[in-house]
Parts: sequence; C-alpha cells; structure tokens
Amino acid sequence: MVKIKQLIVLFSFFLCLGYTAMGQNVQVIKYPALEKMFKQSKDTVLIVNFWATWCKPCIEELPYFENISKKYEGTKVKVVLINLDVVKDLTTKVKPFVGKNNIRSSDIYLLDEPDYNSWIDKVSADWSGSLPFTLIVGSDNKIRKTFEEPLTESQLEKEIQPFIKL
Amino acid sequence: MAAALFVVLSSFLLPADGYKVGDKVMIFNLKNVDNKMVALGHDATAKGYIVVITCNTCPVAQAYEQRIIDLNKTYAPKGYPVIAINANDSNRSPGDSFVEMQDRAKNSKYQFPYLLDETQEVAKTYGARSTPTAYVVKREGNDYILAYHGAIDNNSNDASSANVHYVSQAVNALLANKPVEITTAKAIGCGIKWKM
Repeated sequence: MVKIKQLIVLFSFFLCLGYTAMGQNVQVIKYPALEKMFKQSKDTVLIVNFWATWCKPCIEELPYFENISKKYEGTKVKVVLINLDVVKDLTTKVKPFVGKNNIRSSDIYLLDEPDYNSWIDKVSADWSGSLPFTLIVGSDNKIRKTFEEPLTESQLEKEIQPFIKL
Repeated sequence: MAAALFVVLSSFLLPADGYKVGDKVMIFNLKNVDNKMVALGHDATAKGYIVVITCNTCPVAQAYEQRIIDLNKTYAPKGYPVIAINANDSNRSPGDSFVEMQDRAKNSKYQFPYLLDETQEVAKTYGARSTPTAYVVKREGNDYILAYHGAIDNNSNDASSANVHYVSQAVNALLANKPVEITTAKAIGCGIKWKM
C-alpha cells in the first residue's frame, strides 16, 4: 500500500514537472527589474506590452505580439510581456492562461507593483494607466514610442521598422 | 538626466489631455438611470462633487464599486456627493448599455446618480482615458473648479491594503479649507471604449 502511495506521489510529481516544462515560466518581478531590462537592452529593440488576463483588448492583441516574437527570433528584436494581474492570481489565472494560449516565444513577467502611481510615470509620462499599453524601446535605450491602445499585427510590424533600421 | 536624453515620440489617437487642476470644468447634463436628466450642480447645497467616470464591465471599476458607494456615504452628508458616469460605447461593450447600467445601479443600491455619457463628450472633455477615473470639483459661485483627478486610492486590488486615499484626502482638505496636497495620481484601468 505504502509503495503504491509513493508511486502515485512520484507520478504526480513528474506530471507537475511536465506541466512546468510545457508552460512558459512567468517570473514575478518588481519595478527596478523592469527598469534594468530597459537599460540593458543595448543593441536590442525591446517591444514591451503591458496586459492583464482581465483586459479583453489586451488578450485579443497578445497573439500578434507572440507572432512578431517568433518572426524575429534570433534577431535583435525582443518581445517582453508584462502582466499586471494580482500576484495571488499567478498560479490560478496567469500561468494557466499563458499555457492555454501557447505563449512560448515572448518573455513573460508579472509585475507585482500594486501602487501604480509609483511607477507608471517612470515607464512613460504619456501613459494614463489605461490597458493595453505598448512601449517600443530602441537599442541604446534612447528612442521610445508609446501606444495607449490595442495594435494590430501589421501596425506593430510597421511601427518596429524604423527602430530596426536605426 | 537619463530621461532628458530620451527622444519621446508622441502617441497617436489619444483624446485631448483634459483638465488640469484649477481649471473650470464643463457643466454636463446627462440622463440618469431613472431616465431623468442630472446636471453637475443639480444639488444647490453641494460644496462640490466627486465625479467618477466608471462602468459596469471593467474589473478595476468593479473592484472600486463598494469604495465609490462608501465615498458617497461619507461625503454626501458633508457636501461632496458622488456622481458616477459611464461613457463606454455599448456597441463595443454591451455590458455597459443603459439597461445594464439600470440593473447595476438597482442591484448595488446606488444612492447617487449613474449617468450615461452617450456622446462621450464629457469623458473626452474631462480627459478620462480609463475607468475608473475620479474628479473632485469644488463649487465657486456657479462654477466648478477641478481640485483632484485620477485614481481613488493606491491599491485597486485590495481596499484594506490602500494606504493613500487620494480622493478622500482631497475632499478632506477642501472641507478644511486647506490646499490639496496630491492633485493627481495614476492607476491601471480599462481603456474607455470609444465609439469607432
């Protein structure tokens, strides 16, 4: 009996491992980590999209970001998805959502900073806080462009071109 | 310094910037859930108003619903009642239709007007971009002057974890004839569903 129990435990353990390997890892970060990402972008163009699972237009545009990420894999264009769900929803909502929608190519982080006013202006003074919000950061972190609205894949493609050519 | 080096390209398709603190705000006259028209200034005894541009469907607005009800409970007797306004286009967001607004106001027992900004003129003129956005206005004669705009407090997820209550602090300062210290604050919210 004990052996069977152990086997079940072992089996469930591997099952869990399998799930983790299949689903994208969503790392929880604080604002300084995000700022560091911007600063260290160096020769890479960063496309940073702020979203939440409860934001319908965000969810609609996520596949476009994922497609761009796949398309530019191995180049100096990187897509970063910043999730703004509550941190307690990480395992119950965010991770299942990411797994179900097969988001693998882009880097995903949950930004755990509920005091929004302390960091929104640092990302962009132009941003009211409305979701979705997208920020393109040029290599060298010098040029930025912001979009406080949903984007289509062709819009996104068009908007990153000037950054790639710089 | 680093910020000064950025060449920030302007965003497009955004509504105008809206009011700044100290501006005289537009007097609106909109249809309430009881089908009667309500104007800013309808209550002659009010010293000012807490105008909240909100909606039915946004999870952030829903998280703030009880706090909006509580603001009215606390401040209406002191002369600062709440006026809630929904500006979302019901074609894009059917859950924000006038009928749905009526249901919500009834079910949640709103003791304050819940108005439909059908043309979206008020939301645009006030400069709201997301829900919920609060505007604290103070009466000066027949005019209403903006004293605070932005987030209600600094924790949308959990009322008990909020430790800066922007709207309450603004109204308390006005009631005490003191300057409002924090005149604007940002928060994450749902973009207003503008008519296409």
